[in-house]
Amino acid sequence: MTEKIYHYPLWIRLWHVVNAILCLVLILTGTSMQFSEPDRPVIRFDLAVTIHNAAAIFLSINYLYFVVANRISRNRKHYRIKEKNFGGMVLTQFRYYLLGIFSGSKAPFPVSRERKFNPLQQVTYMIVMYGFFPLLIITGLGLLFPEIVIFRVFGKSGLFLTDLFHIITGFAITLFMIVHIYFCTMGTKLSSLFRGMFDGWVEVH
Amino acid sequence: MKFFRLQRGLTVVFLTAGLQIWFAVPLHAETEQAADTASFRSLFFDQNERCFRCHGSSKYSYFNSSTGTEITDIMCTERMVSRQDFYTANHRSFACIDCHSAQYDTFPHPGELRMEEKYNCIDCHGYDEKYARFNFEGIEEEFHQSVHYQANPDAFTCWKCHDPHSYKINIRNSKIIKEAIAFDNNICLGCHSNFDRYSLLTEKEEINIIQQHDWLPNQGLHFSQVRCIECHARLNDSLMVAHRIMKKENAVRRCVECHSQNSLLMASLYKYQSRESRTQGGFLNAVILNDAFVIGANRNVVLNRISIYIVICAMVFLLIHLSLRIILKKKGKS
Repeated sequence: MTEKIYHYPLWIRLWHVVNAILCLVLILTGTSMQFSEPDRPVIRFDLAVTIHNAAAIFLSINYLYFVVANRISRNRKHYRIKEKNFGGMVLTQFRYYLLGIFSGSKAPFPVSRERKFNPLQQVTYMIVMYGFFPLLIITGLGLLFPEIVIFRVFGKSGLFLTDLFHIITGFAITLFMIVHIYFCTMGTKLSSLFRGMFDGWVEVH
Repeated sequence: MKFFRLQRGLTVVFLTAGLQIWFAVPLHAETEQAADTASFRSLFFDQNERCFRCHGSSKYSYFNSSTGTEITDIMCTERMVSRQDFYTANHRSFACIDCHSAQYDTFPHPGELRMEEKYNCIDCHGYDEKYARFNFEGIEEEFHQSVHYQANPDAFTCWKCHDPHSYKINIRNSKIIKEAIAFDNNICLGCHSNFDRYSLLTEKEEINIIQQHDWLPNQGLHFSQVRCIECHARLNDSLMVAHRIMKKENAVRRCVECHSQNSLLMASLYKYQSRESRTQGGFLNAVILNDAFVIGANRNVVLNRISIYIVICAMVFLLIHLSLRIILKKKGKS
């Protein structure tokens, strides 16, 4: 017996799909710039720069939209960490993904009307949305307006450090996206969570 | 509430740290100084002072014997030579009369002296073993093929770019590469941003360098971090500095020429430093990192490899995870 819960209102779905597309564009163009070669251009360098800059500006606006909307909507409760033993809960969820899922154990923190994210998702989303994204945007702004970046830090170009942080954070978000997309196959069916991205409904047992 | 405190705390920390680190005004300027040339004392200092007394200042005075009056007049800027520039330039050990006629010793200078033929670089430096490593013959050959010489072979001489009174070898000796870039670019801007000088050599209309380079992203950064010749001169391995300035249609426009593993900057701007080491601390073209950062050219080989391994490991792990889930689900059903 499956039940359907409306967990993803329109504003989240819109933000999410725009964010996903922009992140993919940024990863593709960013990787193309990082590994640019005259003889093997994935995307022409100047085109990659223009697309990357434009997508980054839209991503920043989209991020602000998320922060404000999440703050003023009821969705914020899903990010709230109330449990005292939260670290233990994260470990329990991690153990479930690593072993329990294969032995037929039930999910320790299943999706319900009150719970949209399990503890591992909560902590990951928090780090990504409130740690990685601001860092990515700040360093990205530094690269977009290099004249405002501190000129030298510890004898090295300030731009170099800015870019290093930007690339490492971008890589971390890329890795998150790979795992995030995989975890979307863990619904009642392989495709059910992907469908939820568009209609807002999540199937639960 | 706990979450919001944490959330707010994280945001504030990242924002303030980020703003302080990346958007602050430079905390310290470069402290390296150019090599001290103040202690240089020319053997011909006193002799040269006879010329500098007038030509080293914006005004000069002389006694008009016809009227019996002391006259003070403006020195034409084209005839002015800065002592500071001269005594830090390549030819600082020279006496003025090594190149100019000794008849300049008299005032008013004889009118025919204005017509004296000036030496070119090759006249002193060419076909001489002492200067063989600089390959002035090769430079002259390249210069003769440059757009400047081709456009005006009679008027465009070495001196148009290399003022013998102030020119100094720059890029290969400079520790502060930004200053060297500015010095070299100012040579080009001497005409290309000064229509009076530009129009001495061509009938063309005035050009606006900024507008001409509208297509270039981060224009200011490019202008301060690379020399004009990086894009506008054809590289020649046998020369220390490329001298064949190309037509604007042939200038480098493909970003990847510099923004790539085999960045042409390593064969031009960083030619001398690049001999030391191509990779340092895992970074490709590491020498550039001392002064700038060039996306695409500066990659950390170690970090790149680690990131590729991490992505491959993650994908393999997730693929195994997915396969096991599917297999066990099928087994469960059967």
